[in-house]
Amino acid sequence: MDLSYSAEHEAFRQQVIAFLKKHKTLAPVGAGLRSAKTRDWQALLIEHGYTARTIPREYGGFGAKPDLLKGRIIAEEFARAQVPGGLSGQGIAMLVPTLLELGTEEQKQQFIRPTLSGEMIWCQGYSEPGAGSDLASLKTSAVLEGENWLVNGQKIWTSTAQIADWIFCLVRTEPDAPKHKGISFLLFRMDTPGIEVRPLVDMTGLANFNETFFTDVVVPKNQIVGFRGEGWRVANTILGNERDSLGNPNATLSRLNALIRLMKSETVGGISLISMPAYRDRLMKIQGRVMALRFNDMRILSAKLNRKDASLARLIVKLQGTELRHDLEALAIDAMGEAGLCFGESDYLRDGGSWQYQYMYFLGLIIGGGTSQIQKNIISERGLGMPREPRVNANTAT
Amino acid sequence: MDFGLSEEQTLLQDSVNRFLADQVSLDKVRLFTKNGDTDKQIWTSLCTLGLGGILIPEELGGTGLSPMDATIVAECLGYRVTPSSFLSTAVMAPVALIASSKREDLLSASAEGNHQFGLAFSEAIGSRDGSGLNWDGNVLDGTTVFVQDLNADTFLVATKEKHLLLVDAKATGVEKVEVPNIDQTRVMGALSFKRSPAELISENIDVYHQVLDAGRVMLAADTLGAAQNMLNQAVAYAGQREQFDRVIASFQAVKHMCAEMVANLEPCRAMVWYAGHALNEVKDEARVTACHTKAHLSEVGQFVAKTATEVHGGMGFTDLVGLHYWFKRIGYNRQMLGSPELLREEAASLQDM
Ligand SMILES: Cc1cc2nc3c(=O)[nH]c(=O)nc-3n(C[C@H](O)[C@H](O)[C@H](O)COP(=O)(O)OP(=O)(O)OC[C@H]3O[C@@H](n4cnc5c(N)ncnc54)[C@H](O)[C@@H]3O)c2cc1C
Repeated sequence: MDLSYSAEHEAFRQQVIAFLKKHKTLAPVGAGLRSAKTRDWQALLIEHGYTARTIPREYGGFGAKPDLLKGRIIAEEFARAQVPGGLSGQGIAMLVPTLLELGTEEQKQQFIRPTLSGEMIWCQGYSEPGAGSDLASLKTSAVLEGENWLVNGQKIWTSTAQIADWIFCLVRTEPDAPKHKGISFLLFRMDTPGIEVRPLVDMTGLANFNETFFTDVVVPKNQIVGFRGEGWRVANTILGNERDSLGNPNATLSRLNALIRLMKSETVGGISLISMPAYRDRLMKIQGRVMALRFNDMRILSAKLNRKDASLARLIVKLQGTELRHDLEALAIDAMGEAGLCFGESDYLRDGGSWQYQYMYFLGLIIGGGTSQIQKNIISERGLGMPREPRVNANTAT
Repeated sequence: MDFGLSEEQTLLQDSVNRFLADQVSLDKVRLFTKNGDTDKQIWTSLCTLGLGGILIPEELGGTGLSPMDATIVAECLGYRVTPSSFLSTAVMAPVALIASSKREDLLSASAEGNHQFGLAFSEAIGSRDGSGLNWDGNVLDGTTVFVQDLNADTFLVATKEKHLLLVDAKATGVEKVEVPNIDQTRVMGALSFKRSPAELISENIDVYHQVLDAGRVMLAADTLGAAQNMLNQAVAYAGQREQFDRVIASFQAVKHMCAEMVANLEPCRAMVWYAGHALNEVKDEARVTACHTKAHLSEVGQFVAKTATEVHGGMGFTDLVGLHYWFKRIGYNRQMLGSPELLREEAASLQDM
């Protein structure tokens, strides 16, 4: 273990602090994804290397050498200053790392830069009504006709499909192959004729995800990542990244800081929430869990840099990270008590209702991206080498 | 000794359940959350069953049943996420008025379904910044927040000193502001008063606690019903949904989720019954039991709400199956009239710990 902060790192921290002090007011709080403010902020962060830090310059990143401690310093100082970091949609969190690993040079040139800048927004078309946990049973088909794929079928739970410019989509291209071997990974524009997006309202009252229908959607032949029939492998590269991003301990740290602030400022019967022993203890428990996951994250990053497999440490991130966030948001609501019930504009709403919203949203994320139960299957089977559940023939099961 | 529901109570439960299954569909609940104006209609129909006057003596037009019976009804109402002012109109206000022999006129009107109460207890339970009441023995000034059943005709207000007052919603200086809350089956708000006439109902702290205990037990029962419904929905869904060529109910992981829900929930049923019974029959245990029952049901309810949603996968997170109405109802019950931490603290102090 070598965690010494060199003089260089101390200087770097001062740079980040100075940057935040100077530019804080430019941060897009509550601005739309498409707003100039959001894009300008993203450009500024990339320019200084505070997001997309290790992505090569030629693709629109900052191009720095990976440095664990600098990454940590950036996360800490942004969280401390309560300033939003860089963008992190499905395109940035999932597609970019996958293209870097498996995309053609042409694809990297075409997609990474506009995705990082926030200009090109993506959605993820995996799940179908009949293919959720059993994703590999998906049925949306793509048939090669001349120079194009012809896509037909339906996706569901497609987050942000209503605003996305492009979709990365799993389709069945080899109907006769075994189910994991017959899938391909296509990229196509959401304004292609034959795509219909129908919003689905979720428990928070928003309609952030959708049903997406494809009828004879024409996709140029070269808009495939990896080879035909390799889509499952490509998707799994992405799923690893998705799972890491869903449990992101740095985002959790920002929320923890916000929670501490809330508990210091709110009072019941004249006593601040943070000084009430029961809430105080719960807060400290949450802080301990956040700490453990943050160090775990450093261990994973470190293993990545040293080209070692972080194995179990990485496998547990989605499960632990989403459950932790759900519990963290729950504490805020409990501590506020009746005030925690407010949802929608009023004088008594705190932090714009984000506690109630995130509490529900993270229940969604406990389910989305592979449910907690599926995570536990993966952890026990891949992580602990335990045997798979015996396959039961549907007809003989009683 | 017989621990359980009597024959009459089982009949009551069955008839209320059948009535609600028929009258309070999820579609009707959805309609209420959009328009808000169907609650009077739901309330009127509940009153045809005599539920509005369940605790009100027969000579005042009520049915004169026991708090235990009211507990059974509260569970049924929770099961159907029924929008109604049962807690205020049929339980807490009558307990207060009967204990202090006041306002028989309002009790009669309530029993007939022509009058509804609302509750303003936050000042007594835990006052927030920006609120505070001042009663000079005649008129009331100030603001109280997180009022339940804001559309009421009369409010039962508890002050910091734990005095109970009645204020007519139309009295001078009374202003209502709706405070949108997470559970759209309940109408919450803030009340402010400017030299508003208020009638003293009780200065007796025992009466205040009797009212509060009853309310807490009703909320616990409501959670019991709501959680039971979520569990039932989860089991039914798991028996139909197929993944990996088999119904998901055949996965041990899914079975264990359901088994854990029922293992936690089943003892709650006995606990709620006992708490309901204790309200009138085991007075020296009523308060501690009420505190623990509401706190415990809040924890179990929260676990069931989350787990039942998880069993439904993505579907559970949508508005399509409407599970969130139960989820949010359980969430609301958890915070109203004392959140679990406050209740456990109260239970400990009551036992001189
Ligand atoms: C907020 C949110 C956003 C989402 N965004 C997207 C998106 O952008 N793009 C996209 O493609 N999808 C998205 N999804 C879909 C998500 O990936 C699926 O919901 C998830 O994989 C579960 O699938 P399902 O909903 O079909 O549930 P099911 O697979 O039907 O699961 C139901 C229950 O059965 C359990 N179960 C199933 N199989 C097993 C097993 N083998 N062992 C043990 N338990 C099992 C599950 O754990 C769950 O409890 C999103 C979902 C949510 C909630």
